[in-house]
Amino acid sequence: MSTQLTTPTDRQTAEAIAVGKGEPSWLVALRGQGAELSATLPWPKPEKVKIERWNLTAVGQYEATDKVSSIQELPQSVQELIAEGTENLLVQKNTGVAWAQLSQELASKGVIFTDLETAAKEHGELVQKYLFQAIKLDENKLTALNAALWNGGVFVYVPKNVEVELPLQAILYNDKAEATFAPHILIIAEDNSRVTYVDSTVSVKEAVQAEFTHPAIVEVFVKPGAVVRFGSVHSLAESGVDLSLRRAVVENDGRIEWIIGDLNDGNTVSDTKSVLVGNGSTSDTKVISVGQRKQQMSLTTQAVHFGKSSDSNMITRAVMREAASAIINGITKIEHGATKANGVQAEKVLMLSPKARGDANPILLIDEDDVTAGHAASVGQVNPEQVYYLMSRGISKSDAERLIIHGFLAPVVSEVPVEAVRQQLNRLLERKLQG
Amino acid sequence: MSTKFVIDGLKAEIEGKEILKGINLEIKGGEIHAIMGPNGTGKSTLASALMGHPKYEVTEGSVSLDGEDILEMEVDERARAGMFLAMQYPSEIPGVTNSDFLRSAINARRGEGNEISLIKFIRQMEGKMKDLEMNPEFAHRYLNEGFSGGEKKRNEILQMMLLEPKLVILDEIDSGLDIDALRIVANGVNAMRAEDRGFLIITHYQRLLDYITPDYVHVMMQGRIVKSGGPELAQRLEKEGYDWVKEELGITDETVGQA
Repeated sequence: MSTQLTTPTDRQTAEAIAVGKGEPSWLVALRGQGAELSATLPWPKPEKVKIERWNLTAVGQYEATDKVSSIQELPQSVQELIAEGTENLLVQKNTGVAWAQLSQELASKGVIFTDLETAAKEHGELVQKYLFQAIKLDENKLTALNAALWNGGVFVYVPKNVEVELPLQAILYNDKAEATFAPHILIIAEDNSRVTYVDSTVSVKEAVQAEFTHPAIVEVFVKPGAVVRFGSVHSLAESGVDLSLRRAVVENDGRIEWIIGDLNDGNTVSDTKSVLVGNGSTSDTKVISVGQRKQQMSLTTQAVHFGKSSDSNMITRAVMREAASAIINGITKIEHGATKANGVQAEKVLMLSPKARGDANPILLIDEDDVTAGHAASVGQVNPEQVYYLMSRGISKSDAERLIIHGFLAPVVSEVPVEAVRQQLNRLLERKLQG
Repeated sequence: MSTKFVIDGLKAEIEGKEILKGINLEIKGGEIHAIMGPNGTGKSTLASALMGHPKYEVTEGSVSLDGEDILEMEVDERARAGMFLAMQYPSEIPGVTNSDFLRSAINARRGEGNEISLIKFIRQMEGKMKDLEMNPEFAHRYLNEGFSGGEKKRNEILQMMLLEPKLVILDEIDSGLDIDALRIVANGVNAMRAEDRGFLIITHYQRLLDYITPDYVHVMMQGRIVKSGGPELAQRLEKEGYDWVKEELGITDETVGQA
């Protein structure tokens, strides 16, 4: 096992970039600390996937990004993802923000929706209070690296009692492997507020050939009684490594819903965790993935229950083609004192070729007696009885299999909140399943 | 050309065990044939072998529909040629709505470039569902998932009505149906009786035949058709059971391929 890794960044470089961008001093210090820790901390160690064999250090160089003056200047493949007529849109290109727009109506209610760099300057106190609080900077090399490098990013703030009806949409894309692409997404939903956020994290594939690493972090703070729906579809190029950590901290009677499509063409670590600190807090997590060629994926969903009567539900469904492999971990942890908590999880893998590999590992860790918990896991092939049934109605074998596979993924696809992103997901599925 | 379905000397086995030992049967358009017999005599195997279930291997004989060799065809080709099997245990397909499935099946039959318009499809589907007294929400439910036994059977008949096959095989369509559902299903079948459509109804109860009057009744035992007659044969079987047939033919164990 090789652990000899070059350090992708150092204190001076990280701090110099931050100073050059005019970041506040607390953030400059945080970047320096991240850079230093990234040299010594180990990479995360997902179950049964040796990510240290991947190229994790191709984090690229900082390059200033110019804003576009209209969305028509964005690449066609990016424009297609934009919800028709939306006024609430953020676009990140490589290292920085290219477009940021928020409706007057939401702004007047005190909603903030901008890139995290701008937020750090304009709403410094708010950002400082929450940044790297759900996920700690010193957890591992990945978190430290993100602290040192993050750029662009997304900041969502919804004040108390404000309900945001329409989804806030972000598109984060790279079109140059050599440029750093390390978003950090921070969402704060104050008491009894409500918001839906959806992003597409994509490569302009014809333009991205060289190896790159996408170290990304999502932090969501769900205050008492608030509801946050978080949707994200990832489709990065084959030469990329997607390392995405997502974490929500949910207070009393708050709710987080995760809808994740891990549809990259390259290797992927995706770890989505809800920390249910509040009584009556709830979490619903749905993840789908399709792997092809020699892709390796580590897909983890986690729920940690501290609050009484907290409830979590996690579903992961993956389809593995060709020689792709997926290790799927579901971890439900119920802490002592979380009485009447309920945690349910299900992981299912459909394997479409003899060389594909899938592992489903449901893990229940329970330190409290007065709880309910359940898990289901299955790994298998397309059921020949189902194929026979559909064929007996005149449907060809390939169409029958396609229907069954799409049906397998349907429970997640149908939940994606933005029509344009749902269509993106369907296009990606179509391409990845046929390609 | 009027429909003609011919089974000639059909033998089939499952996992090396011969179940069908030479079936001969001819069904013309407009005719309803009933195959009756106790459990374990090969009736459902006949249905599955005709449709092409991958577990059954045909070892001898031929089957043709309007002169076309059915046994040479894949399962989907048989369906597109006009065969339909209403199954005893229809599969559940999660995530695929009933209406998406039905439309795919209709379009597969019609062929590329000749797809049914969405509006016409919905009108047809809703009309037939009404005939079958099905709750409209079943169009949007996942295919057979969580359907009761009776709902699955009605859904099979719905498919038959929409696909308008030439040769319909009903495999134990009456099992698990209460009397109301039985009447509805039978009405559906009767509504589909036509000069160019043949039926093969497999059942071990006479009661379905109170609602659908067959032209011919065949008794199956030991993987063969051992006796044929008209509707009166079904009535005698209902009254007297199968023992007299066994006695007449000197059969002690009517089953086939049982361990």
